[in-house]
Order: sequence, then C-alpha cells, then structure tokens
Amino acid sequence: MAVQPILAQEHLVAELGELPPGIGPYKLAWRRLRRNKVALAFGGLFLLIVILCFLAPVYSADIAHIGPLDETHIEAALGPTGLPIGPTWTSHFLLGADTNGRDVAVRLLYGGRTSLEIGFIATLITMLLATILGTIAGYMRGPTDGVISRFFELLWAYPALLLGIALGTSLQIGGINLGFVTLTAGSIWVPAGIIGIVYIPYVGKPIRAQVVTLREREFVDAARQQGLGSARIMATEILPNLASTIIVFIPLILANSIVLEAGLSYLGAGVQPPNPSWGTMISDGIHLIPAAIHLTLVPGIMLVLCVLGVNVFGDGVRDALDPRSKSRIGP
Amino acid sequence: MLRFVIRRTLSTTALLFAISVLTFLIFFAFPSSNPALRLAGRTATPAQIASVEKEWGFNKPIYVQYVKMMGKIFDGSVTSYTQGLNVDHEIWSDLQPTVALAVGAGIIWFLMGVLFGVLSALRAGRLLDRFLTVISMIGVSTPVFFLGAVLLFYLGFQLGLFPNGDYVPIQDNPIQWLYHMLLPWFTLSVLFIGVYSRVLRSTILDMMSDDFVRTARAKGLSERQVLVRHVLRNSLIPIVSLWGLDFASIIGGGAILTESVFNLQGVGQYAATSIQNLDIPPVLVITMFGAFFVVLFGAIVDVVHASLDPRVRLTA
Repeated sequence: MAVQPILAQEHLVAELGELPPGIGPYKLAWRRLRRNKVALAFGGLFLLIVILCFLAPVYSADIAHIGPLDETHIEAALGPTGLPIGPTWTSHFLLGADTNGRDVAVRLLYGGRTSLEIGFIATLITMLLATILGTIAGYMRGPTDGVISRFFELLWAYPALLLGIALGTSLQIGGINLGFVTLTAGSIWVPAGIIGIVYIPYVGKPIRAQVVTLREREFVDAARQQGLGSARIMATEILPNLASTIIVFIPLILANSIVLEAGLSYLGAGVQPPNPSWGTMISDGIHLIPAAIHLTLVPGIMLVLCVLGVNVFGDGVRDALDPRSKSRIGP
Repeated sequence: MLRFVIRRTLSTTALLFAISVLTFLIFFAFPSSNPALRLAGRTATPAQIASVEKEWGFNKPIYVQYVKMMGKIFDGSVTSYTQGLNVDHEIWSDLQPTVALAVGAGIIWFLMGVLFGVLSALRAGRLLDRFLTVISMIGVSTPVFFLGAVLLFYLGFQLGLFPNGDYVPIQDNPIQWLYHMLLPWFTLSVLFIGVYSRVLRSTILDMMSDDFVRTARAKGLSERQVLVRHVLRNSLIPIVSLWGLDFASIIGGGAILTESVFNLQGVGQYAATSIQNLDIPPVLVITMFGAFFVVLFGAIVDVVHASLDPRVRLTA
C-alpha cells in the first residue's frame, strides 16, 4: 500500500507513455481520506454530536420544554423511591432526570456545547501559539530559540493534569486580570485558556524541530537571496510547509482538550456548577453511584463517542496526509 | 560521559528553578485577588487571613515572598489552614498507595502495550490487528475517572468480583492489597496500553523495511529471531524512554483521577479533596513536588540512557 501511488504512476507511464497531469498533495490526501470509510464514519459521528449540541436550545425549548437549569419539574423527576428517574425514552426526561429534577438530555446537549466550545477554543489557542512560537524559535535560532525552547521545556515538565489543576484552582477564586482582559471566575474562557496553554509544548516542540530543518532548504535560501525579511519568509515560505503537521495535530489536541476539560471539571478545577459540562455531569453522577448510574453513563458515553470520533477521524487524516507511514489500519 | 552528566545537571538545576518561579507566579502573582485570602481557605476569619499574610510575607516585596514560599515548602512547615494539618506530613503518609498504583500499573501497561503492539504489527491489516486497533482507540478515548467509575459499579458493586475501592496497606494483608489494587491498575493502564501499542506497532512496521532487517534475514535468521533480536530490541528504545516519562508523571500527580475514583487515599486523592475544598496550600506543594519529581526522574533516565547508548550523549 505504501508505494501504491508510485506503482500506479509507473503503470500509467508504461501504458500511456506519459504521466497524467499532476494532482496537488492536498487533493491527493483528500482522495485517500475519502476512500477511508471508517475514518469518514467516525468523523461524521463527531460532526453529528457537534450539531446536536449546538442545537441544544432548540431541543430544550421545542421538544423537552425544560431548560438546563430548570428545577421546577421535581415531582415528575423523582420516582416513588425519591431517586431521580432513569431514561423514559419520551420527549420529557428522554434520558432521565438528576437529583435536582433537571432533564439529563437537555443538560447533556448544553453540557456538550460547553465541553466542545472549551475544546475548540483551547485547540485554537494551542495551535496558534505553538505554531507562532515554534516557527520563530526554529527559524531565528540563537537566544530567541533558547528562550522559547526553555519555555516549552518548562511547561512540558509539569504533568498536564497537574498544571491544569494549579492554574484552575488558582484562577478559579479570583478570576484573572491581565490589564487588557478580565476573566471572571465562572467564564468558560478560564478553563479553555488553561487547557490551551497546557498543550502548547506538545505541538510547539515538533513544529520547531520541523522548522529547523526547513530553514536549511534551498527555497528558503532563494527567498533570502531575493531580500525577503524573516517575518515574510516565515509566513510565506515556512508556514505553508507546516500545514500538514498542523492539520495532523488539530484532532489530536482537540481530543486531548476535551478529555482534560472533563478531568479538570470532575475535580472541580474546570467548569463551575451549576453550568453543565460533560465533566461536571459525570462528576455529579459519580457521587450518586450506585443509586442512579444513568447520571454517569449518559454523559460518559457521549464523551467517549465524541472523543472516539475525533481520534479515529484524526488517524484517518494522518494516514491520508502521510501515506508512507505504515501505522495505518489495514490495506 | 562526565561532560554529559555535568551539562545535564546544570540544565536540570536551571529547570527546577524555573519551575519554582512559575509555580510561585501561578499561585501568588497571576490572580488578581489577595493571595492570603485564597491561601487561608474559604472559611477563614479576618484575623486568620492577617496571620497568613504575615506568615507568608505577602506585605513584603515579591522576591521576599518567593524566598519565604520556597523556605516553607522545603523545611516542611506548610500547613493546610482549612484542615489544620501539616502538608508535607500528609504527603509522606499518603505516598504508599500512589507508588503502589504507579508501579503496578506501569508494569501492566508496559507488558500489555508491548504484547499488543507486537501482535498488531505481526498481523498488520488482518482481523486481530483491526480488533486491537479498535480496542486501543476506545482505550485512548475513555477518561480514566469514567472508566474507573463504570468498572467499579458493574464489576464491583453489581457482580461483586472486586472490592468497592479503598486501599489496604501491603504490610497489613498482601492478598487483600493485591485484590484491591487490580481494578485501579487496570483502569490506569488502559489509556497507556492503547498509546504504547500504537506507537510500537508503527515503529516496528517502519523498521521492518530497514537495511539491518534485510541483512538479518539474508544471513538466514528465522523471522522470529529477526523480530525478537533485531527489530523488537531497537523499537523498544522509544517505548522505554516514553515509559520513564509517563511513569514519572503518574507518580508526580497524574494518578489524581484514578486515586480519587477508587478512594485509594494516596497523594493524588489528597490533591483531589484539597481542590474540592479549595484548600490551596496542599495543591501548591503537590504541584511543586510533582513537577520536581518529573524533572529529576527524567534527568536520571537520561543519564542511564546515555550510559547505555553513546549516540545520546554525543548528540545531545
């Protein structure tokens, strides 16, 4: 499989006497990805979850007729034993209720929206900062590289969860005031920012390593000879060559961010109650095991499906962009 | 070799200093509110807050605060104001479950990861490989605290196969200790088994087309000998260094979630309860010690690695 594109070309050369018109690497990658039905199916699953979660207000208002923080239906929500009811599979309390009489299905979608928003924002922060810092460090070398690489080493030294906890507990009480922005304690930007920072070295280090080799290539020399400045070379010569690395890292960081958010929220250092997120919902649910297992299972399974979707799709994207890597699944 | 050790010692010292400064900034300088207020806990009276302020030197210049903090952490005089307990003392007495969890899980995930990785690589593209890939993908995508809680409920509570959490010290009852640790070990290992088997699988497959493998085959070694003596030996190098890193970060605070789900009463659970109570002093000390441990352990692994493999000390 690994050498198939070349074989196909040789085959065509033998048959037609010439090569067909060239296809760009991204178009080729897209073709490969399109053939990978498993990856597409899981990508579709993730997309479906995203769409459902962002339709949370619609579901809440038009189907369940109950808000995510609405505790007024408590009589209907608690069964004869006083424990919250399990899934009813009807529009009211589709996936059951929690101890405060809130609809689990509605909270699941709203919570997913929070978890996904945090995941997306965190991924954006990580990718943006890691790409900028990694590119500058690799291209400039010298003292600039020294400072940035030490910064990566420093963040890298903390176990990811521990750094998240340290920042989370410390910022949670007073929020943070950076002069130009003020984040209040309950804002989702606090956990998103924390997670975004935690994963910077995981992307920044490989990007820096790639830029170190890229800057020695002839086309960069050529650009320098033409008198282009460093900033221009980094933006127009180096950056496009990093694109496939960046694309491969996005699903990886997204999956990790969503899991880390859940972990931090479970510990109380992430999203703050009563706002639902998958992590806080699992956390609430675990305290009610064994009485009401559905409170743990519903958000947990949704979280696993979502992360699984991102991971399998991300694997497919990596295989499509780098067909030489034999880590791919099957032929 | 001596030069390598000296260089590594210097860079490690610098990194430890940087960690102490960053941790200080995270807890005392970044947030906008009064650090004494946060440190004293939620139920503190104004008098208590004033005494915390004096004890930690929050009315003094920032470098004095840093020196005070480091002094307090390393002479073991940090106390949790919420619980009134000495933090260092608590950490030492909670260390056994944490180490037991990390060591057991570390052995399991290494062996299983290697086994699954080799099987996957040997059967690349076939049914077994696909099956193992699916399993490892699910393992990588499942948060430990969710997995732990679900396993506890179904295998522990409903089927009664495993105890319902808690830790039994090994010196009290080794059999019960083992019995109580099985589920936590498994839970913590799942994620790493998934990662390691994937990494090993791709390393082996990439290596299978290398020249030295062709040479080994050409000189008449059986496929099994090629795999075990040549390919596996080489492809285990990245796995072993990865293991060193992961093991250190598990002891240094990565097992917080597992410990708290299984109520193992280790350092991780101490951290988890402190976070829930917004009891900052233990979180501060555990963060500092955790990061220190990871860096020191990493440095030792590097030196051992360099003494075994000259390429490392010559290129690094």
